[in-house]
Amino acid sequence: MSTFVYMTRCDGCGMCVDICPSDIMHIDKTLRRAVNIEPNMCWECYSCVKACDQNAIDARGYADFSPLGHSVRALREEEKGTISWKIKFRNGTEKNFCSPITTKPWGEYIPELATEPSPSKDVYDGELLYNEPKYLKTGEVQTANDGLPEMTKIGKLKQGVYY
Amino acid sequence: MARKTHYEDCDILVVGGGMAGTGAAFESRYWGKDMKIIVAEKANIDRSGAVAQGLYAINCYMGMQWGENAPEDHVRYARNDLMGMVREDLAYDMARHVDSAVHMFEEWGLPLMRNKETGRYQREGKWQIMIHGESYKPIVAEAAKKSADKIYNRVMITHLLMDEAKENRIGGACGFNMRTGEFHVFRAKAVVCAAGGASHIFKPRSVGEGMGRTWYAPWSNGSAYALPIAVGAKMTQMENRIVLTRFKDGYGPVGAYFLHLKTYTQNAAGENYEKKWYDNTKAIVGEYLDHVPTPTCLRNHALFKRQSWRWTYPYGNYGSIPRPSP
Repeated sequence: MSTFVYMTRCDGCGMCVDICPSDIMHIDKTLRRAVNIEPNMCWECYSCVKACDQNAIDARGYADFSPLGHSVRALREEEKGTISWKIKFRNGTEKNFCSPITTKPWGEYIPELATEPSPSKDVYDGELLYNEPKYLKTGEVQTANDGLPEMTKIGKLKQGVYY
Repeated sequence: MARKTHYEDCDILVVGGGMAGTGAAFESRYWGKDMKIIVAEKANIDRSGAVAQGLYAINCYMGMQWGENAPEDHVRYARNDLMGMVREDLAYDMARHVDSAVHMFEEWGLPLMRNKETGRYQREGKWQIMIHGESYKPIVAEAAKKSADKIYNRVMITHLLMDEAKENRIGGACGFNMRTGEFHVFRAKAVVCAAGGASHIFKPRSVGEGMGRTWYAPWSNGSAYALPIAVGAKMTQMENRIVLTRFKDGYGPVGAYFLHLKTYTQNAAGENYEKKWYDNTKAIVGEYLDHVPTPTCLRNHALFKRQSWRWTYPYGNYGSIPRPSP
């Protein structure tokens, strides 16, 4: 249910303190190591686990339904663009997963909007948002004058079924 | 102890740096190239809000490019799910723009799964598409960092401020730094309130470390409701308050099990209680029970009622016996 820190691996850098959304990862003032100060407000979001350069943080399951003996570890590698999970069950079964976290070099394809030309008066007064209608990809679909899709396909509705 | 107060003027203040807030900062920059845009967030925008830990699906995608759903379909779905108590214009407005947001995320690098046969986005339900969403939030946060003039991490907004010069207008917001306790006052021409919903309103039955067991983010403290209400804003779509039942030892969205694993739920006696109490439920909720999908709030309400029916009619459904009033 909560994260815990391997004291021998932690170097007290504070990356986990910086990222924790619950603000419960703190640096112990005497030991200079990270510590989860309020385990019952931990969401196991693994933000600190992924942020830790030393791989010094793990999360343990709730004692009542995932008793000791298992482990769920995560390794996020931004330069590779992957997240890897190693899941060990109490009976020794091990499962490994690796998934992409991004398909592009980090942040490169996010436009710098401040440097782009301002929207024209027509666009400003219109109903379309940034880069619409291009981004709606409704080229195949009939669009009305405002560029938004015009759809009249209500034939498939059945009595009492409203989706 | 005297604490410093920091004043800052800006054009647009975004309160809350979750998915909505970071997205609002990006879109704001498009409409106001020269404006001063500020985001105030009580955690760190890289990992904050309900998407901090990532998501494996985008729960709303029309698929208009393949004619899968139209915005009208989404309005019908929402209207049914909320039994008519829905601002259809808002549901429609969201639905007609959502596809372009998804396409934008894909262009930024969010890995969307595709169906190998059709080449379309992999569906897991009528509205959901599957993604590799571990970095969903960091990707959108990156866009906000590129767009906003300044991002205040660890600043918790507690009050919206009214404009003295203009009637019925918000003139800014104030809050404090979570770490230092210093005060922050933002004077803004416009404020976007993109704060979080509420978790932990009711104490869970779990004790000890189980107290934190919640589906939604434990740090969602209801600012999205409290901030506007405190300054007298008109709240819309607040009629349907749903306090979702959670099953023992499970604190995820129950719908995920229904959807992926095609499961049904049973009670402690091993009964398919939705089937068993069908007549009783129908007596209180009417024809909506037969709608597909059954409105979520009805199923939730019926679950509570079934608990009491189970004690009232321990041997099953008696049909003609007066039922407990709803």
